[in-house]
Amino acid sequence: MLEIRNLHAKVGGVEILRGVDLTVRAGEVHAVMGPNGSGKSTLAHVLAGRPGYEVTAGEVIYENHNLFDLAPEERAQEGIFLAFQYPVEIPGVSNSYFLRAGLNAIRKERGEPEIDAFEFLALVREKLKVVQMDESFLNRSINEGFSGGEKKRNEILQMAVLEPKLAILDEADSGLDVDALRIVANGVNELRREDRAIVVVTHYQRILNYLVPDFTHILLNGRIVKSGDRELAKQVEEHGYAWIEKETAKTSQAEGRTLQA
Amino acid sequence: MSDSSHDIESLANREYKWGFVTDIEQDTIPPGLNEDVIRHISAKKGEPSWMLEWRLKAYRRWLEMTEPHWPHVHYDPIDYQSIVYYAAPKKQDGPASLDEVDPELLRTFEKLGIPLAEQKQLTGVAVDAVFDSVSVATTFKEKLGELGIIFCSMSEALRDHSELVKKYIGSVVPYSDNFFATLNSAVFTDGSFVYVPKGVRCPMELSTYFRINAQKTGQFERTLIVADEGSHVSYLEGCTAPMRDENQLHAAVVELVALENAEIKYSTVQNWYPGDKDGRGGIFNFVTKRGRCAGRRSKISWTQVETGSAITWKYPSVLLQGDDSIGEFYSVAVTNNRQQADTGTKMIHIGKNTRSTIVSKGISAGRGQNTYRGLVEVHPRATDARNYTQCDSLLIGDRCGAHTFPYIDARNSEAVVEHEACTSKIGEDQLFYCQQRGISAEDAVSMIVNGFCKQVFRELPMEFAVEAQKLLGVTLEGSVG
Repeated sequence: MLEIRNLHAKVGGVEILRGVDLTVRAGEVHAVMGPNGSGKSTLAHVLAGRPGYEVTAGEVIYENHNLFDLAPEERAQEGIFLAFQYPVEIPGVSNSYFLRAGLNAIRKERGEPEIDAFEFLALVREKLKVVQMDESFLNRSINEGFSGGEKKRNEILQMAVLEPKLAILDEADSGLDVDALRIVANGVNELRREDRAIVVVTHYQRILNYLVPDFTHILLNGRIVKSGDRELAKQVEEHGYAWIEKETAKTSQAEGRTLQA
Repeated sequence: MSDSSHDIESLANREYKWGFVTDIEQDTIPPGLNEDVIRHISAKKGEPSWMLEWRLKAYRRWLEMTEPHWPHVHYDPIDYQSIVYYAAPKKQDGPASLDEVDPELLRTFEKLGIPLAEQKQLTGVAVDAVFDSVSVATTFKEKLGELGIIFCSMSEALRDHSELVKKYIGSVVPYSDNFFATLNSAVFTDGSFVYVPKGVRCPMELSTYFRINAQKTGQFERTLIVADEGSHVSYLEGCTAPMRDENQLHAAVVELVALENAEIKYSTVQNWYPGDKDGRGGIFNFVTKRGRCAGRRSKISWTQVETGSAITWKYPSVLLQGDDSIGEFYSVAVTNNRQQADTGTKMIHIGKNTRSTIVSKGISAGRGQNTYRGLVEVHPRATDARNYTQCDSLLIGDRCGAHTFPYIDARNSEAVVEHEACTSKIGEDQLFYCQQRGISAEDAVSMIVNGFCKQVFRELPMEFAVEAQKLLGVTLEGSVG
């Protein structure tokens, strides 16, 4: 579904991603972990097409498209969803209007008829259960005055309604207490499907206790330096990132010697 | 970044669709202003002598006044002697029956979306159509007459309801009020007059549509609305003008009087020609609008959506004289390209327990300059007066400006005056968030702008709210919900 090859990207002139390789297939859940500044969020935003993120090398193939040929809204229409670490407030625009506008834009792209307000309400009522939100959320302005937990749940609600093929969750757990974390993680679990891939970008592994990944990748200094399964995340929990950093440093020193020889 | 801000600007740079000129034979007088011109205008209209005296008094006063330059706007000096002060379509002897109205005029208004012909009239809205200096037609007059409601052109009111006009004209905006209002008092040509009798709830929206057509003409209309005790009326004004290279002056006066328990709701959708993208041409919209809550528990509410004009200078205000009276001001002002707006309101609390609400939304794009200027004044005897002001600015692009000048003068220690203000930019964050959900940049901008203006739009009568949203160059499918 998603093939990232040697991806390099700059933000504000500084190279953040320095050759990321990652393959994600339908039905899989991948965790991308790393310390602050390792490039996790940059990776998420580059995939979603955020302006200001400059791709300097490499390629990303998504569902037979060259991803960088697509505008941000086209990527969304093709099924890429980014759950934002900091969901944006839009005063005066109701959640339900926004969600329906997004859903209809995506349906239009797929050649499906637009959904009217009544059908939409029936649909969204079902989806609200996924994140244990009540209907009053729909009439509130997008994220305005929402608590941190409400914002994060709202992201998952949007994911549930828009039914993406590839969902990228950027620090979906940051700022959440245990109860809210469980609701968000379980919500995502309910949305796991054979034909859907999920990439969880996170600093801490605690969300992975609920949302168990098939693969774990460690991102350090803009590269994926180690990949493994669920156990790798637990090792990070226990020992932090320092040991991986050391290990990587040794490897690159070894590489350096090889080159000299 | 550059892509999205380009999208925003191109969206804001919609074309002016109302810029056509009607080719019609005009009865005009030569440019210039003196006492003879005023006598001529008054004679043309067959006015009572007191009106002429009043005009002349105003004119003599105006000669002693100087043009105000305190607004935060810039323009070349206006040559008042080069303006034509009277222009009317020929063979028009005041508003006649619709059959006698020149078909060319009917076509003009139809093109503007204001059908006047009997069978096509807008349901639920009575319209007074003003073309340059005169009113050409007023619809639903008889039907309103059955309820005792007077809705006619000012010229007609001066002939048929002279005593009523005499009693109230200048009672809110005196002839000596300010430079432009005083000029208007001297040379006003037409406008609408509304009187709603005691206890009557006007069953339909009353509306005046102003159209400037003739070249080098100033439009000086005067509108007077009187709501007698316990009555209720909702009034809307709309306006457009042809695209011309020179600036044209529009100096109108609107006076509202609400007696005990009466309520007046006055809505404006102002769409005068704004000039081209380099600031050539466009209307100078220098307008004095004021309402007087004369009686107890009366209420006056101004709602304005200001999208046009090269320069807008207006402060629809409320004098809260009656105890327990209420004043409201809801405004959306948009400036794009080289447009400038200095607009806001004055809420003057005189009576006890008076309340006022101000919600102002300024949107600046291109090189537009948008200023909110407001005064909240609480007189010593206005015990328990309350005001709430919310004043927000939205910037689109990085070459425009937003300015806020709130003045608060509370001379009663029990008064409660609140002021909230915020300035925001349509952020890339907001745009990207919408795009990431599949919404195009263009739709995202209209969604964000409409959200920003929602508080004001919901004060407009339904049909006009739709019109206002369209005017912002945005489409909004379904309800905002």
